[in-house]
Amino acid sequence: MSDALHRPSSVLLLGGTSDIGLATVRALASPALRRVVLAARPSPARDAAVEQLTEAGVPEVCVRDFDAADTASHAQVLDSVFAGPDVDVVVVAFGVLGEQRELEEAPDLAVELARVNYLGGVSSCLLAAQRLRRQGHGSIVVLSSVAGDRPRRSNFVYGSSKAGLDSLARGLADSLRGTGVHVLVVRPGFVRSSMTEHLDPAPLAVTPADVAAAVVDGLRRGSTVVYVPRVMRLVMTGLRHVPGPIFRRLPV
Amino acid sequence: MLHGWGGTAPSRAHVVHPGTLEELAAVVADAGPRGVLVRGAGRSYGDAAQNGGGTVLDLSAFSSVRVLDDGDVVAGAGAVLAHLVPVLLRRGRFLPVTPGTRYVTVGGAVAADVHGKNHHVDSSFGAHVRRLDLLTADGTLRRLCRDGSPAEQRLLDATLGGMGLTGAVTEVQFGTVPAPTASILVDTHRADDLDTVMALMAEGDDRHRYSVAWVDGTVAGARLGRGVVTFGDHAPEGDGDPRHRTPPPGEPRVGVPPLPVSPLHRHAVAAFNEAWFRRAPRRRIAEPTPLAPFFYPLDAVGGWNRLYGPSGFLQYQFAVPDSGAAMVRRTLEQLRALRVPAYLTVLKRFGPGRDASPLSFPMAGWTLAVDVPARDAALARALDRLDEQVLEAGGRLYLAKDSRAVPATIAAGYPQLDRFRAVRRDVDPDGVFVSDLARRLDL
Ligand SMILES: Cc1cc2nc3c(=O)[nH]c(=O)nc-3n(C[C@H](O)[C@H](O)[C@H](O)COP(=O)(O)OP(=O)(O)OC[C@H]3O[C@@H](n4cnc5c(N)ncnc54)[C@H](O)[C@@H]3O)c2cc1C
Repeated sequence: MSDALHRPSSVLLLGGTSDIGLATVRALASPALRRVVLAARPSPARDAAVEQLTEAGVPEVCVRDFDAADTASHAQVLDSVFAGPDVDVVVVAFGVLGEQRELEEAPDLAVELARVNYLGGVSSCLLAAQRLRRQGHGSIVVLSSVAGDRPRRSNFVYGSSKAGLDSLARGLADSLRGTGVHVLVVRPGFVRSSMTEHLDPAPLAVTPADVAAAVVDGLRRGSTVVYVPRVMRLVMTGLRHVPGPIFRRLPV
Repeated sequence: MLHGWGGTAPSRAHVVHPGTLEELAAVVADAGPRGVLVRGAGRSYGDAAQNGGGTVLDLSAFSSVRVLDDGDVVAGAGAVLAHLVPVLLRRGRFLPVTPGTRYVTVGGAVAADVHGKNHHVDSSFGAHVRRLDLLTADGTLRRLCRDGSPAEQRLLDATLGGMGLTGAVTEVQFGTVPAPTASILVDTHRADDLDTVMALMAEGDDRHRYSVAWVDGTVAGARLGRGVVTFGDHAPEGDGDPRHRTPPPGEPRVGVPPLPVSPLHRHAVAAFNEAWFRRAPRRRIAEPTPLAPFFYPLDAVGGWNRLYGPSGFLQYQFAVPDSGAAMVRRTLEQLRALRVPAYLTVLKRFGPGRDASPLSFPMAGWTLAVDVPARDAALARALDRLDEQVLEAGGRLYLAKDSRAVPATIAAGYPQLDRFRAVRRDVDPDGVFVSDLARRLDL
């Protein structure tokens, strides 16, 4: 049970090696936080994440083998997590970015990306929602992206997968009203992280810690959608209304 | 969706209203994996009366009240104190112990082992309970008496203060005190600093049944903690004011609607405190006062908790032994430094605690209760620091008010927690009775 000051005592991170996900867990850490479950494929990065959180003082850090693309296995993974103490916050943070040109040349790579980002998200969000409902409380934090707001020439495959996930998450948020379960959709702009280190940062670039801070704030306020940075909301509202012929020529 | 009086951390449960013991037993027997819990009037501040995903029992049907010839009361656990008070006063009696609101149930008073302004004289509610009926997880109704077997007494003591985790209390027999009139003779002293407030209280203790101080945590410097100390005693026959008839059991006269934002910002709270302080007479002795405003000043405004807006509030209440008296000032100072609008800060004296009940809150010394809006991480950190200092001072936090402590703080403040857990394991090995509070704090 999160306490009166919205401090969770247990967090499940799906995508247990994600920079943004781990930053979010660190931001949610407090003396009230007792348990973190990192769900990810076994890897040195996962071991490093365990070590990092242990050093940060989380009393119990455990792992589950989790492959976002293998949706058939998700129910079992979530069941094993929910067999333990209540889960207060589920962070859905896995995702791949891909290289737009490559994805266009090899559509099966695009399908694979959609499988992870969208189908993996559909399956884990819905499964987590069922289990949180049974608990009568809890939050799901879904890492979406401003890339889902309006498709852009430079990354529309990725953007479309986030658009699908984003829309699922908002619908889920509505469907869960009154159940004690809350969904927070987070739409960061360009985040400097290991996923983007080969790219030139876009204007208004943020760090994983900025995203994490926005998550903590969004959970406290009970928001449904937050942009990081906040002005992105205005920017995106503007961009959504720019006519197509002009939009295509913008350097976005 | 259920939440406590503070309006924070709600969870959803299935609420059932059993009408008879058989129905109650059937619900307990049918408890699913998320268990059951009785909820009284929902006047505990945090998550004590919630059971997310499970069943919550409303025992309003169990509300019969009988006054025996010797003045004892036999009441259903769902009976609300507000309805008991007039019945008792007609017989010249009063509750042995009453919390600061009369809208709590007898079951809630037992489960939190509530204290009143007379703790230094009359101990807590549990001290007056002679017998209670408890429906336990195995579906049996046990009659637990003060003079029962050692095992029965252990279960009885664990239930007094046990926060609903030993079973469902269905009926309680408890003693009452004489109240020849419906008036309280009140002494009021206004004191310009905290030391004077505390000295007045420590000194006036022996002479009065009731004592309490309201202190002002909003002023800076030497005047921090200035306050109004009140002492009271039941007016003897002839000294009461016949116009002070008992309050009708009905609802409060004015109410607060749900508000989108809280009007209680820092300056408004400071202004309120200033006015409250000025309103009190500097010194007045033995003034006959109606019982309700003396015991239940807040009950006049229904739903005042809504003043805190949608994000809610919490109450920080601790008890420390006399040697930890410095915690009172330290708490006011630290909350003031954070610019927390501390509204309604109440200081009381405690007599010896009831050690037989492992989770009973009171211990000889001081208790301070501060209402604060549920805000940010800075408040969380400040309260965590205060917790440490309370523990160092040998004190503890009150479970009925808690909504943010961590398990280690409770375990350290209640050294007999393991004894409580052992009783609970015996009577309910599968943990059928459970609450959000119990899960959060590993009780
Ligand atoms: C304005 C205000 C002033 C207060 N002043 C004081 C004070 O001066 N002193 C003090 O001690 N407290 C005080 N309190 C706290 C209050 O007395 C306790 O929280 C009390 O337990 C509330 O009773 P309730 O019926 O509302 O119970 P709830 O809040 O509904 O439940 C509290 C606990 O009791 C358990 N419970 C309730 N009924 C039963 C039952 N039949 N069987 C088993 N378990 C049961 C619940 O499971 C839960 O754990 C105050 C609260 C408010 C809002």
